[in-house]
Amino acid sequence: MTPASFGGFVSRAHARGALVVQPRMGFGDPRQMREGLRRTRDAGAVTVGTLTLDSYTRVNDLAAARRAVRDGVPLNGYPICTHPAEVSRAMLDGVHEAAFPVQVRHGSARPEHIVSALLDLGLDATEGGPVSYCLPYGRTRLSDAVAAWRTACALLAEARTDTREPHLESFGGCMLGQLCPPSMLVALSVLEGLFFARHGLRSVSLSYAQQTSPEQDLEAMAALRALAGEFLPGIDTHLVVYAYMGVFPATRGGALRLLEEAARLAVASGAARLIVKTAAEAHRIPTIADNVEALRTAARAAEATTPRAAGAAAGSEVYEEAAVLVRTVLGLHDDVGEALLLAFRRGLLDIPYCLHPDNAGRTRSFIDTDGRLRWADTGLLPLPRTALTAARRVTSDELLTALTRVRRIYDQGGIR
Amino acid sequence: MNSSVGSMNSSRVDAAPSVLLTGTSSDAHTWNLVHLQLVLEEIGHTVANLGPCVPDELVVESCLGLRPALVVVSSVNGHGFNDGLRLIRVLRARPELAGTTVVIGGKLVTDGLRNVGMVRRLTAAGYDRVFDDGELPAFRTFAARTPDRAVS
Repeated sequence: MTPASFGGFVSRAHARGALVVQPRMGFGDPRQMREGLRRTRDAGAVTVGTLTLDSYTRVNDLAAARRAVRDGVPLNGYPICTHPAEVSRAMLDGVHEAAFPVQVRHGSARPEHIVSALLDLGLDATEGGPVSYCLPYGRTRLSDAVAAWRTACALLAEARTDTREPHLESFGGCMLGQLCPPSMLVALSVLEGLFFARHGLRSVSLSYAQQTSPEQDLEAMAALRALAGEFLPGIDTHLVVYAYMGVFPATRGGALRLLEEAARLAVASGAARLIVKTAAEAHRIPTIADNVEALRTAARAAEATTPRAAGAAAGSEVYEEAAVLVRTVLGLHDDVGEALLLAFRRGLLDIPYCLHPDNAGRTRSFIDTDGRLRWADTGLLPLPRTALTAARRVTSDELLTALTRVRRIYDQGGIR
Repeated sequence: MNSSVGSMNSSRVDAAPSVLLTGTSSDAHTWNLVHLQLVLEEIGHTVANLGPCVPDELVVESCLGLRPALVVVSSVNGHGFNDGLRLIRVLRARPELAGTTVVIGGKLVTDGLRNVGMVRRLTAAGYDRVFDDGELPAFRTFAARTPDRAVS
């Protein structure tokens, strides 16, 4: 198999002005998975492939994955640790190559088994992070996730050769999918990227998920770029935008308009890669055809958009808050993993509405009248008083209204 | 906000909760639990929120430790009927919890239809009430009548 450096491929596309678009796609059946990758490659856009894994593999319940494969029970992703390696190699053969790198997406707080399996198949790009794949899902202790991700990073870094450069993307730009103020998303992406780099990765990407205000999203991306430059010098770094990760529009028109807005955000803000959502998102697991349509729609919207001149990020609301969060955390301990653990223990990092036992749970957020996500309660976060523009109690009805705001606006035909 | 409001995992740090709110063992969703916590707090309850993916044993231990007046089980992943049935049998098997009010609600089955047989089996196994998706007003009324809430 020809080596395919994920970070290098994305950087080269970005340098010639093309946005790389990527699906979230995974099937249990190797033939269908191969077909999905092949049609992603041939979608008529600059694409990279995705192997999204199933939820049994995610939580390391490999016995359940084995039973499902044996009994022909459909899985919600590709069981990379369960299909024999020769089956998976045949699935990738002639598809995964230098011109079409493939990334493994999984959602695991303890991913060592997944990283071992993907390296064994000749793959070397994946994503996640000790915070972003732990706090939003399940009950794995944050300290266990930090330890597991140290090992996973070391496994990836050890696989580096002259022709192979392992790549790791932080999922820190998502955090529960919606209602997390952008400054926290930016700070977590930077901190996880730094965690990866300190544990040997030389090629990383930092993520940011589209939120409720296009202006605030642009500000967040500028902040992410600036902080990546400050804290990750010498590391091959690109930015990746996720199309909206919250409650998605139910109408086809609304869903595709929201996706197009994400593509415009990606290009305008200088991101190199976009992970799409499909018109089927609100209704079912998207088919291959749904994904191909989304890739093409996003690529067309991207081609029609011109990058904005990189403005100064410093001074913006998002940058100032994110910079304080990053610097405060890094000041706690020389080891980024230990610093993250201390920060969550002391409430210096705190994700609004996150119920994980290791999250302090004192912060709350709301959507302000101008559409921007802001803090309703900063808890113990080390933020300036100005971050709390409107200390208020968020009611249960307001929470529901906020959670469905983007769906409502786009389903009604608006774009902002 | 002020310090009398505690964390997202529990309403007030220093008070015994009147309600124990929990997801089921297989359900990783959390927004339903966040929303219900706010609903319950608004009608005067103090809430201990166990969050998502809660093993049955942790629900039992928490009930025995906190002795809430009301236990609310919420599930939206379509496995709530099976997970909920198993959970209530474990809870009712403990004599200390025989008299605790326990309710379940959400999207309990994958077909999303109101299923009379399902409700009967859940109540027969020990739930005091079963709320379908969309029965939030009925849940609010029920929870407001439950004793031990702080009327504020």
